[in-house]
This record gives sequence, C-alpha cells and structure tokens, in this order.
Amino acid sequence: METNKNKNLSQSFKKLTVSRFFALVILIFSFSFNSFSQEVDIAKGKSLFNANCAACHKLNKNLIGPALAGVSAKYEKEWLYTWIKNSNAMIKSGDERAVAIWEEWNKAAMNAFPQLSNMDIDNILAYTDYVPEPVAVASTAVPSAQAPTAGSVSTDIVLAILILVLCILLTMLFMVNKTLKAIAIKNGVKFEDPKPLFKVPVWKLFIKNQFLVFCSVIAFLLSSAYFAYGWMMQIGIDQGYMPVQPIHYSHKIHSGANQIECQYCHSSVRSSKHSGIPSLNVCMNCHQNIAEYNGEEDLEKGYTKEFYTNEIKKLYKAVGWDEESRTYTGDTEPVKWVRIHNLPDFVYFNHSQHVNVGGIDCKECHGPIEEMEIVYQHSSLTMGWCINCHRESEVNVKSNEYYTKIHEELSKKYGVEKLTVAQMGGLECGKCHY
Amino acid sequence: MSQEKRYWKSEIELKPNNGLDEIRNNEFVDKLPVDENIFSNDSVNNSETNRRDFLKYLGFSTTAAVLASCEGPVNRSVPYVVQPDRIIPGISNYYATTLFDGYDSANVLVKTREGRPIKIDNNKLSSYNGYANARLNASVLSLYDSGRVQGPTINKEDVSWNNFNKNIKAQLNSLKSLNQQVVLLTSTVNSPTSKKIISEFLNKYPNVEHIEYDSISESSVLDAHELMYGTRALPYYDFQNAKCIVSIGADFLGDWQGSNYDHDYVKGRIPNKENGKASMSKHIQVESNLSITGSNADLRIPISVDDQKLFLAYLYQKLSDSSISLKSVPEKLAKKIDYVYDQLLLSPSKSVVLCGLDDLNAHIITNRINDLLKSNVKSTSKVSLVRNGSDSKMNNFLTRINKGEIKGLIMNGVNPCYTLSNSNAFSEALKKLNFSVSFSMKIDETANFCSHLAATPHQLESWGDFEFINGEFSLTQPTIKPLFDTKQLEDCLLNWLDSENSFYDRIKDNWKNNILDSSTYWNSSLHDGVYSSKVKKRLVDKKSNSNLTNLNYSKYASELSSSKSEGYDLILYSKIGMGDGQQANNPWLQEFPDPLTRVSWDNYITVSKFDADEIGLKNYNESNGALNSNFAQINLDNTVIKAPVIIQPGQARGTVGLAFGYGRSDGVKEEMRTGVNAFKIYKGFSKHQKVKISSVYEIHEFACVQLHNTLMGRGDIIKETTLEIFNSKDKEFWNPIPKVSKNHIETAVNSREVDIWNEFDRSIGHHFNLSIDLNACTGCGACVIACHAENNVPVVGKEEVRKSRDMHWLRIDRYYSSESEFSSDIEKKENISGLGESLSVFGEMEEPSENPQVVFQPVMCQHCNHAPCETVCPVAASAHGRQGQNHMTYNRCVGTRYCANNCPYKVRRFNWFLYNNNDEFDFHMNDDLGKMVLNPDVVVRSRGVMEKCSFCIQGTQSVILKAKNEGREANANEFNDVVACSAACSTGALNFGDINNKESEVYKRKQDERVYHLLEYVGTKPNVFYHTKVRNIDKNKSI
Repeated sequence: METNKNKNLSQSFKKLTVSRFFALVILIFSFSFNSFSQEVDIAKGKSLFNANCAACHKLNKNLIGPALAGVSAKYEKEWLYTWIKNSNAMIKSGDERAVAIWEEWNKAAMNAFPQLSNMDIDNILAYTDYVPEPVAVASTAVPSAQAPTAGSVSTDIVLAILILVLCILLTMLFMVNKTLKAIAIKNGVKFEDPKPLFKVPVWKLFIKNQFLVFCSVIAFLLSSAYFAYGWMMQIGIDQGYMPVQPIHYSHKIHSGANQIECQYCHSSVRSSKHSGIPSLNVCMNCHQNIAEYNGEEDLEKGYTKEFYTNEIKKLYKAVGWDEESRTYTGDTEPVKWVRIHNLPDFVYFNHSQHVNVGGIDCKECHGPIEEMEIVYQHSSLTMGWCINCHRESEVNVKSNEYYTKIHEELSKKYGVEKLTVAQMGGLECGKCHY
Repeated sequence: MSQEKRYWKSEIELKPNNGLDEIRNNEFVDKLPVDENIFSNDSVNNSETNRRDFLKYLGFSTTAAVLASCEGPVNRSVPYVVQPDRIIPGISNYYATTLFDGYDSANVLVKTREGRPIKIDNNKLSSYNGYANARLNASVLSLYDSGRVQGPTINKEDVSWNNFNKNIKAQLNSLKSLNQQVVLLTSTVNSPTSKKIISEFLNKYPNVEHIEYDSISESSVLDAHELMYGTRALPYYDFQNAKCIVSIGADFLGDWQGSNYDHDYVKGRIPNKENGKASMSKHIQVESNLSITGSNADLRIPISVDDQKLFLAYLYQKLSDSSISLKSVPEKLAKKIDYVYDQLLLSPSKSVVLCGLDDLNAHIITNRINDLLKSNVKSTSKVSLVRNGSDSKMNNFLTRINKGEIKGLIMNGVNPCYTLSNSNAFSEALKKLNFSVSFSMKIDETANFCSHLAATPHQLESWGDFEFINGEFSLTQPTIKPLFDTKQLEDCLLNWLDSENSFYDRIKDNWKNNILDSSTYWNSSLHDGVYSSKVKKRLVDKKSNSNLTNLNYSKYASELSSSKSEGYDLILYSKIGMGDGQQANNPWLQEFPDPLTRVSWDNYITVSKFDADEIGLKNYNESNGALNSNFAQINLDNTVIKAPVIIQPGQARGTVGLAFGYGRSDGVKEEMRTGVNAFKIYKGFSKHQKVKISSVYEIHEFACVQLHNTLMGRGDIIKETTLEIFNSKDKEFWNPIPKVSKNHIETAVNSREVDIWNEFDRSIGHHFNLSIDLNACTGCGACVIACHAENNVPVVGKEEVRKSRDMHWLRIDRYYSSESEFSSDIEKKENISGLGESLSVFGEMEEPSENPQVVFQPVMCQHCNHAPCETVCPVAASAHGRQGQNHMTYNRCVGTRYCANNCPYKVRRFNWFLYNNNDEFDFHMNDDLGKMVLNPDVVVRSRGVMEKCSFCIQGTQSVILKAKNEGREANANEFNDVVACSAACSTGALNFGDINNKESEVYKRKQDERVYHLLEYVGTKPNVFYHTKVRNIDKNKSI
C-alpha cells in the first residue's frame, strides 16, 4: 500500500512539475500561497522544513549545512530517505557519498529524523525544489503601487490651474470695476462716502470703557499664563521622543511578528534596576542563522526586505561576524544606542521591583511595543504619572513571603483587603529620591 | 556787587591750587577699592571691546544659551558586545582580595559596578586581618588618581615594555659581567611567591642584593625578636582574652607595627553583664603624644620617652626581682609604676606589656616581661610578618650608595627620596648610577631622579599573595582591567629571567603545589581571598630556652635608664589619615579630620599647654571661629623644620609630636601639597629625637572642624560611668532618662504625656535603628571614609573646611574633659553658684585638662522620629519615612537652610558650591577618571541643596528588594552590611538593623540598659541610640 501511495504521490509530484507554469499563474493572481498549495503539499513541506531543517539549512544559501534548493536532483530519493532518517548510521556504514558530505561539512553531525515519514520527506523535497517567480510578483505589484502617486500629481496640477484661473478672473473683475467707475466719474456721476456706523471708532470706545479694558487685560493675562504654564510644564517631558537609532531595530518585527518575549533580550530586568539593552551576543543567538529578512514589508516608508537585511548586516559589522566563513573576526564596534527613557539622576527607579516583584507588564509603561517600528517614549515619566500608579496599584503579594507578615498587619490597620503601593509606603520621598 | 559776593567756607580756599576744585568735581578723589584688573581706567580704555560690543556679545550669548537649552541632551547607551556572564548592569559584584602597600594590610571585599571598583568592604572570612582602616577604605580613590603614570619611560621618554625590559636586561647583564653591585630595594616582601621569584632573580644575577626597607621602621622590634627567639618577625598579640594591657608608647589602635588589633581589643572592652556583673579589660597607656590608643585607655600616664624607658626598666626590675641600678624616678611616677605592677599581677597570664619605643633594649625587656608574666596574650604560635626592614642593612646600603659602590638600583614600593632623612644625598647618588629603576604609580620624589620609570598597577589591578601572619595566607586578584599600560615588579622580574610564565601563573602554581592542602581548590581559595594553613611551618620559639635565659637582661634594662640629654623629646608618629604618606594625593584622606585634633589638610607640631606658654606658642580662633596658630621651629643639628603648632591636651610636658606623611612635593596635586615633611628629621630611623624648639611669629591658618573641645559638664551628650558604679548601682543612677516638668510634676521626657506630637505606629514593617557603642568606638575613622565612598560626598578643600563648610555626613566628635575626669566636670558645673561664678567657671571649663579623659562620639543624622528639621522646611523636602529614616529630597530642596538651623545635632550639610565638574574644586569629581569611583545608586548633589546621612537608604532598599525578588523575609542582620559606616566598623561599635525584628543584633542592643539618646531632653526621639561609656577606673585608689 505504501509503495502505491508513494507512486501516486510521485506521480502527482511529476504533475506538479509539469503544471508549474499553471500554478504560477494562479499564484500571481491569488497572492495566497497557503490556500493554493494544500493540494500539492508544498505548504506542508514548508512548515516541515521550517520546523525541522531551517535551523541548519537554507534554500539558496549555505548555513551550518548545505543549501537545499534542488537537492532532489543531486541524490536519488531512497538515498535521501535513509540519509535524512539517520545520517550517522549511513556514515558509519561507510556509504561513500555520505562520508564525502560529512567530511566536506567539517564532520558536523546532522540530527536524525526517524519521526519523518517518506511522505513528509517528499513534501519537504517538494518545497526545496519549488522555485517561485519573483519577477512576476514584482511586476504586478509595482504598477499598483505607482498608480495613486501619479493620481495625486495630476490633481495638484488641476488645482494649480484652477487657482490661476480664479486669480485671473479676480483681477479682471477689479479692472472692470475700476474702468467703469472712471467712466462714471467722467460722466459726472457723484459718489457719496458711505456713512460710518459709529461716529467714534470702536477701539476708542473700548479704551474709554475702563472696566472693559481692565477685564480684558485680566482675561488676557490669565489666558496667557494658562498657556505659558502648559507650555512650560512640558519642558523636560519627552513623551513621544522617537530618536533615530544607529541600527534600525524593529520591535514590531521582533516582539510583534515573531512574538519574542521581552525578557528574552532584556534579561536583566528580572534582577537589576536596569532593563538592560541586550549585548550583541544575545542578538547573535538568533541572527547567526537569520541573515536576511523575509517578512512583511512597508514599502511606503521604505522598509523593504533589502532595508532590513541591510540592518542585520550592520549588526554583523558591530559584532564582528563574518558571514562567509561563519566566524567571529574579533573586530567589534559597540553600538551606541540612543537612550529613549531618561529619568533624571535624582530619581531611583528599579525595573526588577516593578517587573519581577510587582508583576507589571512591560506594556503598561512602555506602551504597545509590539506595534512600534521605531520605539518612542510612550508614557510621560513625570512624577505625577508614577504617583498615580502607586496610588491605584495593588501590591502583588501572592506567593511572596516577604509581604506575608507586613501585608497581614497593614491590611488590618487600614481595614482593606488589598493594599495599594501607596499604603505600603510607596509615596514616601526617600523611596525614589536618594 | 551782590553777584561778586563770595562766601568762604574755609581759609584754604584763599590759597591758589588748593585742590578744592578737584574735590568739588570729583566725588571720589581717592581711588575706589575696586578690582584693578577689571575696572582700572587703563584696562577699560585699552580694551577692544566697547560697551556696544559687550551688549552684542551679551545678547548673542544669551540667545545662544536659550536656544541650546531648548533641546535636551542626547544620551547614549552602549551595551557590551559580549556581556560577561557574571556582570549584570546595575548589580554589584564582589571580589575578595588583599591590600598591602608596605604599610597597611587587610583582607577585603571589593565592590565593583560594571567592572569599576567603587568601595572597599571587610572580608568576614578572614580571621586575622579582615578589617580595612581609613586609608585602605580610601585606596579605591587612589586607583583613579589622574596623576598616575600611564606607561614605562626611560629618561622621561615613553617606551614600550618590550624595549624597557630589553634595556634593563642589557644593563643587568653588563653589570653582571663586570661584577658590579646592583640593589633591589623593596618594601617588606611577605608574599611567598614574590619571595621565590626574587630569589630566582638573585640566583641568576649574583651581583644583585635584595634589601627590604620600611619607610617607618620597626627594625628594633624585629632585631629583639630575632635575638631572643631566632625568627625575624613581629610578635603577634591576641587581645581577645587580655585582662590587663599596659602599653608603653605603643599606639596599637593606630599604626603600631602595622597592626590590626582593634577588633580583638574591643571584645574585652564591652561590659556585658552576666549574672548582674560585667567585666572589662584594664588598659593603661604610658605615652608622650596623645594617641587614639591613649584616648581609649582607662588610665593614661603622659611622660617623656626617657621616663617611658625607665618605667619599663622598673617594671622589669620588680617582676624579675633583680637588683639593677636604675636612675631614681619622682615619687609620683614611682607610685604609678607600683600601681601598674599590681595591675599586671592581678592575672599575670592574661596581662601583657606592649612597647612602641624605637629601642632594641626596650623590646628585649618587653618580651622578657611578657615571658615572665607567662602572658597568653603574646601569641606563642603566631608572629606577624608585615614588617621586615632592617636599619643596619639600610644604613650599610646608604653608605655604599653614597660612596658610589653600587651601580644599579631597582626600587619597588619605596620612595626613599621622600622618606629618607638625608634624601638629598640619596638623590645625588641616584643620579650617578648606571641605571636606576623605580616601580611606581606616580612620578614621585624618587621617580624624578631615576633613569627608568616602570609604571605599576594599583593594588586593585594586581595579582599577589601574602602571608601577613605565619600560616595565614591571602590572595590579591585584580578587580578591574588595568587602566594604564602597567606591569608589576614580579612580571618584570620573570621577564628578566626569560620566563614564559606570568606572575599569576606562578602564584597559582605555588599555591597548588606548596600552600594549599589537597582538599582545598585554587578557585575556592581565590573566592575566599584567604587560606589558613593547617601545617604550622614556622615556629616562634625556635631557640632553646637556655638561650632565652642566658641573655643578660639586667644589662639591657640598665641601658634603658642611661640616656639623657637636654632638649625636648620629639616623637614622630603617623596620623590615621595619612600614614606614611603614600596616599598623599588622595583628597578623601587629606580632608579626613584627625580623630584627636580634628584638623584636616595639615600636619603640625603638637605641644602641651605648659610648654606652649613656656616657648610662646599660641592657638587662637578668628572671628569666624577658624583656628589659627603661630609657627614653631624645630632644630636638630643642621636640620630645621618650621611647622604650625597645635596645643594638644594630654601631651606630656617636655615632649612634642609631629606626624609623618605630609610635605610631599612630587606626584601630588597642588592642593594636596600640605604640611611639612617629618621624615627630614627621622634620623637614624628613630622616632624619638632630642630637639630644640623656638617660636616663629608667623600665622598659620588651620582647617579644623571642631572648635569647641570640652563638654562643659553636659552629661547628656556623652554619658559615662565607671565599671564599679555600673556593676553596683541602678540604671537610674548612672543613666537616668531626663525629666521635664508638666504641671509641676517631673515626667520622663520620653513618656507620651509630655509629647506634643501624635505618635506614629512603627511596629509594622521595618524600623531601622543605628546603635553606637561608645565603649567600642576607638575613633579610627574608617566609617567616615566609607561613608564618603558610599554616598558620593564631595571634597571641598581646605579653604572651605576652614569656613566650616565641610561635607562629611558622619563626623566623629572628640571631647576632652576639663577636669581630670568628665564626672568632675559635671560636679563642677552643678556646684556653680551665682552669675559671677558661672561666668568664670564656664570660662575655665572651656579649657581641657592637661591630661584629660577623651571620648569619641560618631554623630550623623539622628533620624529623629520628631524631627525638628522636617517641621520647618517650607517645601517639605525633608520628610519622615515609615521605616524610621528621615528622607532628604534633594530635588525638592530650595536651599533655605532652615532645617540645618533647626537641627540640634548640626548634622546637615549645605552644598555651597557645585563640587562636581568644577575645576575650582580640583579633587576628583572634575575628571573622568576620578568620577569612576562614584556610586551609581546615589545621586551626586548639586549646588544649593542640603544633604545629610540617609541611613544608606540605597542599601536598605536594595536588601528589601533582594528579599522580595527571592520571595523571603529580610534576614535579621542583613541590613548591617549595606550601611557604609556600620559595615566598615571593625569593632562593631556601630550596628544597624531593624528593631522590629526581634532576632536582630540591634534589637538586642536596644534592650541594653546602657542605651541613651543624644540630647534626649529635646524630645526628638532619634533612631540612633548610644551606649553609655563605661570606664574601668578604680576611684578609690589614688595614683
């Protein structure tokens, strides 16, 4: 049965290669890879590839292991089945080609995948053999992107012409009026000056009314004081501060799209007062294998794949990583990030107190980080902002023995179930200022 | 006619050219006393800037400043490229290491932040040397000295280490082939590995001789020990069980024999009652200068050096029951000798006699006395190895170098051009050498004259191992990557030996093979910093007993009584702050007030009041309170030293004192070139000289932080009693709570009825208290420097200290009694009758007695529960926390200084100036290197705000947070280690903790009946409490 199935599959696989052109046409129109490929199993192959192979292999590029595009053409299927399921056994048994590969790749052992069925492997190979038609995609995308821009230019021109016409009409009207008047005067028509509405100008009346003057001066002073106060109170508050960083690091991609936990990189947040900008070796945990960006693009802002890939190259330069030889050169260059959240020196803030002890989510102060392409200061970081939170937040006493006794006694004293940070002494000056 | 009528104002107007016109037209005929440079006509006229230009500049610069201030600064944040595993930014790392600079030694913990050492803590694992004194606490700042040498030089030109080593190797080899003498002159070497490397070096170059040189010599002690017991070492004393300590000129709480004895000494000085009876050791000090040891003594006998020697000889005579012909002593002194002799015999095995005289005979006799007493205090198994210099070797070396017999000199850790009395001859000799190498951190006096300067790392950047006490080993490890291109002597020696190994490799090998036992790992000993050897290699009593008994002690004793020549006894000593002067460029130490005189930024001649009147020397206060003095001139042969004078109560008549360590000229900043160099008069390596003194009429301005020296009978500041009373009477008698009158009824001041404030319930959570035991505080001042380091306290400089603008958050007040005892002061005050008598008596009481009782009292913010400062602050910058701390919010403070005026303890300090980033205060906060010592957890205060002790709230908060993070309650005694002063205290006089935790030490101390509060009658209810000082005095016996 199985062999039959395999035959069927391989037939369908052949069908696929034959109908590649047809499939591409569908692709161009649908832009939906998933819905399309379920029938031909490329999608399944892709997910299997990502789950099992992507850590060491890429399609078109050597990584820890060789590039896999078109691998089925190099080796016969049966050989590949045994190799993938247990490569080590194959090397040990002395298979020539297996040993050759093993030696070529610095005798790095490849994991055994006995859990993969031959069908799974077929799917994977289907994915590795599949070549998309990038030009076609681009060609359809470009005109659609350019169309609105062209439209906006033309409306501008139309507007400009309209304004010009209107101006000409106005001047003409004025000229006509003037000539008509001149003709009328020559013909002896007399014009009477229009009678003024008031005998005395309004402003003189206003000045004479001292009460009114007094009131308006007061009103003026008060309102200007109000605005001046408002303006001055934002001095030093950098809410929304969004500096340009030396490397365009997108939290939107890392934290949003890839759902990386904040504390994976900002690990010192658990124990230290600093959240800690991750050192570059932390970046390299992933970026050793992720050398190019393949996710969503934002063409309007210029965030293309090349743009992001280029930023990854900046990381490599800073950390001294040579992509070709996959080694560290030792030639490093620390990244000088621009600090966004700046508290004055006289304020002591400790991340571990809030994140680890208090159990506060990063987002409560830092905002929707997962949506930020460029990070900005979300909260005002004023003392009022701190204090408000301290007044409202309840202390997280669950399973923390430090609080057990204090909480019991204090909640009895204040007659409340749950204590706020303020009741715990979180409003005392010296707790933050020393 | 009327128009021509003139009125004459005076007859002068009749005279022509009378000058009146000038007066009429010009209101200020005489030049106004304005600053010449700015306003003189010439400078204004010649200036290219006219008024309009000036206004333009003013306008532009104002606009520019306004525009510049519109945009906030961009802060950069630079993470590691590869973060070391152990470093988490914001978390301190601690490394156990050992500090030894040839003078001070201690096993310490170094606190580092992001790779920068910022503070020295005590290493509790060390059982012998685990406490850093004030100088070692300050040494972390010397690491960041901006004047350090940044690389090796030959003839003042920068070279690479490669060339440097090549050059020296060539020099060494050529001298070796000519068989010409080279000397390796180092400070005491007690490092087992260094010793090995040096001996290898001497093997390879037989023409090299190694000489150890201590700037302040202990040679006579070493010689005596060698003569009697066969080992060249210092005796080690175990004070823990001492019942009677008789010290003759030995400042063992200070710098005597590089000692670290205060911790053990204090154990016997705290009267803890057991079954209602407390006991204390008896401490008798016989000395000339008033030392901190003498200040802590129960009985202090101030006599001259000659009398001290006699004293010792008589003690020996009585103990040995031998008949030696000794010079007779006055009856008064004889009585005292009898008394001391009786005290020694009360429990002879628990008694000890110590000697600080520079006299071989004296040390032989001292050792003999202790042997005769069968004293257990003088250790039979331990000796101290912190000094090893020999005067005879050194003298021999000096003669040879002056004669030109020596061709090459390599020096490490010594500065002979500063510390030798005939340094001029030495520097001349240096110039004539083929080559001279100085391993030094600074271009100091000696390095100036050397052909080669090898830049050495600071101790905190070095590797090393030490054996301070036989069998007790310790390790030094770097706590920071070397700041400059520096190398240690040992690494260079290994290079000259063509060894591939580094000093570190050698230490590791040596420890693994020769020092550690099989069950101890190298890494664990490096972690601990100390290792106690189970193998006792060195035995003290090597020589047979017969040798000991065969010595002719009577001869030594009689020699003690022989010397006598005319003149004043000059006793050279080292100050707590400056030691032997290695760290003269350390502003913390310069500003550290001497525990006794409370003078900072100076050394001086101390004289007794009696002698001062005789010679015509004066101390007086200026109108603003600052202390002035005139100069005295010391003559010894051809050496003349002119120094200012401090009239020192307790100074023995006929003696004067002068401290080492000052008068540095090279390698120190201009501000730090203070005082006079006492080494100039350190002739024959003897601290005692007979000198002539005369008065010089010149005024010297001191920076003295305490202007009033006596308590005037105010027993509520210092409470003290005698052991006898303490044991026999009720607390109410010797430590009564002050009473106030309410409705004509006497009520205790701490009762609720007389309190106008509502009491705040502090029983929940933490409530911090600091306990200060006046019996345990020796006045050593380590806490003052530790506080400086922890809290970023600025150094303000001599001029500012003189204006009483010192910034120390923690001061140690020192009081002298005006009568012979404080209790008599109180009696005298109580017995005043009438206004007239009160004026005269109070006048008398301002003068300290000739041999006063002394008391040290650390005072910092008392964190009053009813704080007077809090109620007067117009902006509520000073507020009380629930945990008992009085919070000072700097960013809120507007600088009215009302709080300081309302503080009864005078502990608040005002920032008169911007002390950081200000070149007017060129100490350490104005350069990038010096700023590295700052504690990032504490803000650096700006100008115009009040500051004060915070109870190290950054520390208590960190402990609380640590407990929270770990989900546990805070440990009972955890808080004591994060508060700078109590953590630094070697004697446990200061103890900090949570009194709501019944397990804590501070809670137990609070229950003690000796507890009192400073100025309790004011009703401030402080969170700092003191323990009544108990003195072990027998009132009945008149001596």
